[in-house]
Amino acid sequence: MMRATTWLLCCAALALAACGEKTAGAAKKSDVPAFQGSTGASAFTAGAWKAGDQTSWDHELRARAQQQNEYARIGAQ
Amino acid sequence: MARMKFICDAERCIECNGCVTACKAEHDVPWGVNRRRVVTLNDGLPGERSVSVACMHCSDAPCMAVCPVDCFYRTDEGVVLHDKDVCIGCGYCSYACPFGAPQFPSNGTFGLRGKMDKCTFCAGGPEANGSEAEFEKYGRNRLAEGKLPACAEMCSTKALLGGDGDVVADIFRNRVLVRGKGSEVWGWGTAYGRPSTGGSPQTKPEGKKS
Repeated sequence: MMRATTWLLCCAALALAACGEKTAGAAKKSDVPAFQGSTGASAFTAGAWKAGDQTSWDHELRARAQQQNEYARIGAQ
Repeated sequence: MARMKFICDAERCIECNGCVTACKAEHDVPWGVNRRRVVTLNDGLPGERSVSVACMHCSDAPCMAVCPVDCFYRTDEGVVLHDKDVCIGCGYCSYACPFGAPQFPSNGTFGLRGKMDKCTFCAGGPEANGSEAEFEKYGRNRLAEGKLPACAEMCSTKALLGGDGDVVADIFRNRVLVRGKGSEVWGWGTAYGRPSTGGSPQTKPEGKKS
C-alpha cells in the first residue's frame, strides 16, 4: 500500500513538473508614449511643445497636420 | 486622444515615389525591404490611378491576431508596432495583412527570413525614444520629436496624408467637396459623413478648381 502511494506521488510530481516551466522566448517590452519626448535627438525636436505634456504634444501634431491642408495654408476654401 | 491614420488621395498621387524614398532614407531601411510602396492600377491606360500603400495601423489588426508569439502592440495613439526581440520571423503576419505591409529581409541561405519589418508610423519601437538601439531596429522616432511621418510630410502633391484620423479625414473631405466628385462612392457617408451634413457636391461654388 505504502509503495503504491509513493509510486502514485512520483507519477503526479513528474506529470506536474512541466507546469512550472517558463515560457520560452523573450518577453515583450513596454513602450514609452511618444509625448514623453525623445532622449537622443533633442536638436531635431520640432515646435514649442513640452516633453511629457500630452496636451501640448497633441496640439503640436494637430497644427503640423494642418500644414498638409493647402486650403488652410493659403487661406481659401 | 489622437488615432493616427494614413489616407492616400488617388486623384493626387503622381507615382513619384517620393514617399518611398523618404521612408527608406529616414529609417535606413535595408535593400530589399520596402515599408512603403506605390501601387498603380491601369498603368498606361486612361483612368490610371496610383496609391501609396504601407501599414494602415488597423484598429483591429489581423497581424496582431495571428502572431503566435504576440510580438505586436498598439500605442495610445493607435499605432500598431512590434517588438523585434520577440518576433520569430514566421511570416504569419504577412499572410494575414491585406496590404502586404510586413516585410522580411532575406538574410540567409534557403530563403531564411529575418525579423519582420514594417512601417512604424515613424514611432520607433519599444526601445527608449530616440535611442541608438531604437534607430537600429525600427528607424527614427519622429512622433517623439513632435513630427508626423516623413512620407506624408514629404509628399509633393499632398496626396498622402498622415496624422490624427479626424484631422486628415477633415482635410480629405474638404478636398472632395471642393473637387465636386468622389463623395458619391459607396461608403462615403459612413467614412466621412453624409453629403447633407458635409455639403453636397452639387452645391459647391462655381469656378473652383481642385
